[in-house]
Amino acid sequence: MSNPLKCDFCAKSATVHLTQIVNNKVHKVDLCEECARAKGVTDPGGFSLADLLLKASLAPAPQIGSVRCEQCGFTQADFKKLGRFGCPSCYEAFRGVLDPMLDGMHKGTVHVGKVPRTALARRSLHERLSHLESELTDAIKSERYEEAARFRDEINQVRQDASPRPSA
Amino acid sequence: MTIESLIATPCELTDVGASKAAIVLMTRIRLARNLAGRPFPGWATTAQRAEVLDQCREALTATSPMKRSLAASVGDLSALEKQILVERHLISRELMGSAQGSGVVISRDQAVSVMVNEEDHLRIQVLRAGFHLRKAWKAIDELDTALEGKLDFAFSPTLGYLTACPTNLGTAMRASAMMHLPALVIAGQMDKVVRAVNQLGMVVRGLFGEGSDASGSIFQISNQTTLGESEEDILKRLGSVLQSIVEHELNARGKLLETDPGKLFDKIGRAYGILRNSHLLSSGEAMNLLSLIRLGVDIGVLPDAQRPVIDRLFIEAQPGHLQHAQKGEFDPGQRDLLRAVRLRSEFANFAAPDFTASQNGRN
Repeated sequence: MSNPLKCDFCAKSATVHLTQIVNNKVHKVDLCEECARAKGVTDPGGFSLADLLLKASLAPAPQIGSVRCEQCGFTQADFKKLGRFGCPSCYEAFRGVLDPMLDGMHKGTVHVGKVPRTALARRSLHERLSHLESELTDAIKSERYEEAARFRDEINQVRQDASPRPSA
Repeated sequence: MTIESLIATPCELTDVGASKAAIVLMTRIRLARNLAGRPFPGWATTAQRAEVLDQCREALTATSPMKRSLAASVGDLSALEKQILVERHLISRELMGSAQGSGVVISRDQAVSVMVNEEDHLRIQVLRAGFHLRKAWKAIDELDTALEGKLDFAFSPTLGYLTACPTNLGTAMRASAMMHLPALVIAGQMDKVVRAVNQLGMVVRGLFGEGSDASGSIFQISNQTTLGESEEDILKRLGSVLQSIVEHELNARGKLLETDPGKLFDKIGRAYGILRNSHLLSSGEAMNLLSLIRLGVDIGVLPDAQRPVIDRLFIEAQPGHLQHAQKGEFDPGQRDLLRAVRLRSEFANFAAPDFTASQNGRN
């Protein structure tokens, strides 16, 4: 006991040292007796290091309970109750809440599998066209005919490129 | 196709005459997909759900695996029909009880089924008898790509396919195998296997998924995580875990035969006797007895030709199938009686186990 470790939660010297493997990742915690009891570490059945780490990393999140998805009205309280999100946009809105959770939940935090190429290409094509069309309308309204002609040519070009074959 | 004719048709699992599916009974892969810009089913209004159901159904029935498929709304299915689809692993228990605007599309051969508005907008499933992760992946990948041509899936470059529950993010793929592991159960090694499998990031469940028991020594093993690893890598890892469980089961069988054949033969012989002669059989007991008979086939004391019959009975001894075969209502108290009648008549024609044959039949 020459070089005592400090408890991860308070400054007292740690006497409980715990190592757990969650999803092939080693997690180590050093605790004093009091904190160990408070966190349930002395009761192996009721304890998961993942929960402990999760709570620890969630604790400093500043706006607990205040996040809301503008798209569908889903709130953080709803997520707490249901454990599921309201719509795809919730993943943007709840980014700050989600990120610390993902770490222990999966093998990684970034997707490396299949990508829906056709659907994504179609969507970006659609977005590009509607952008050009609104530019065209604006140009006509404000009588910038030279620019309007350019936008029209560009729209035709994009349509032509897209139609003969779906991009591989 | 109507639900009546679907039920009357043997499904992928009950029609395994050609396969020698010894330990892995079936392989299953499911993909969760959602439509971009639409609330997930659990948060959507009835009108929004109905719209998604229509749109998905239209896209699905236009794909080649879903030619002449069965498309049904959950509200249009009777309780018994839903129960039968659950017993065939074609829909989930969650879908059975779901609100208006949910549905299912099932291919003619019952190898592909797609639930609409369950937890996610689409839950695509491909099922294959035997150990066929690659084949199942190829089939589901093609169907998914075909659907992508018609539907805009919710996708983020960093988080992958966006799902209602963050535990399914990324590939949104769950691949699983249903395994028959009687020797590991008899030898008391299943706990150890479950722990080892968990350490490798895989989950072990009972026959009917989450929360169900492992009657008949049948277990489902699947990947737990979906983000940060490609589909191919998940399948490769799962495949090698499954392969090593198969080896452990074969070793346990060899050891049982070597150290205490009397004990094993006694179990098989008694199972045969009870199936031929009993008058009351609960679902759990029937599953366990059928499991022992199947083990008897595997070790060569019963003829190979009986394996498909047992695999069919695994499903047909379930409450929904029994009630349907009975045509008409019956008191649930009579179910055990009916099950025994059914199994007695099936086993009346079964050859008796020949225990001298096990010497040659050993793997």
